[in-house]
Amino acid sequence: MSLETPLHKAQGLGSAHSGVGHFKQQRVTAIALVPLSIWFGISALGLVGANEVSALIFLSNPLNALLMGAFVLIALYHMALGLQEVIVDYVSQEGPKLILVLLNRGFALAVGAACVFALLRIAL
Amino acid sequence: MADQPQKVAARPLSPFVTIYKWPITMATSITHRMTGVALAGGTLLLAWWLIAAASGPETYDYFRGVVASPLGQVVLFGFVWSLAYHLVNGMRHLAWDFGYGFAVPRANLTGILVAVISVVLAVGAFVLAYLGKGGYYQ
Repeated sequence: MSLETPLHKAQGLGSAHSGVGHFKQQRVTAIALVPLSIWFGISALGLVGANEVSALIFLSNPLNALLMGAFVLIALYHMALGLQEVIVDYVSQEGPKLILVLLNRGFALAVGAACVFALLRIAL
Repeated sequence: MADQPQKVAARPLSPFVTIYKWPITMATSITHRMTGVALAGGTLLLAWWLIAAASGPETYDYFRGVVASPLGQVVLFGFVWSLAYHLVNGMRHLAWDFGYGFAVPRANLTGILVAVISVVLAVGAFVLAYLGKGGYYQ
């Protein structure tokens, strides 16, 4: 006789509701990225040909720094979710799959940390 | 077994992507995934831009030079079109998530619209930039 609850038995064995969380996070970040991407596109076009001084003036504006930080972090989170979906679709062996999923998260964290550091250095 | 290869070949085969005549919805779906993966590479360009801006005028000018080079412009166009496509087709996916646009003729129509709008946005941005209509934040 097992003392495990039915929930504990199901967790980690596939349909344990973590996939629903992934699905929801992918959509919520997508909705946030619609206005942020439009803002980013308009801003990037406005900085075409700009020298370093103009770029710094733009990025040190608190609102622009905040929006750029939000765009970068939410985009990277959305990216990590999406790339994980690609990895688990095409890589069936458990070992390589785990390594790629971890590398994917490490990549998102590294790029995010670099972008936030650069933004803080410019804006503060 | 080895002397009857024609019997094996005559069996019905399960279709694979290389067999189908691609419907529009299939092409737009795989393009969404491919542009997503391309944009993951594009985050390195974005990070490079921010780091270059934080590192001083020489580093920033070097970044500008690389992006303005012919190869840089090709990569930049790929990034801009991928972003435009993933944004517009992502909105199509969100509409589906809310239950709209599932009928096949509608899904085909919005698929063509997404392809056209994404090219118009990307080409439009480059035309504006080359005509000197960009750079309004300088």
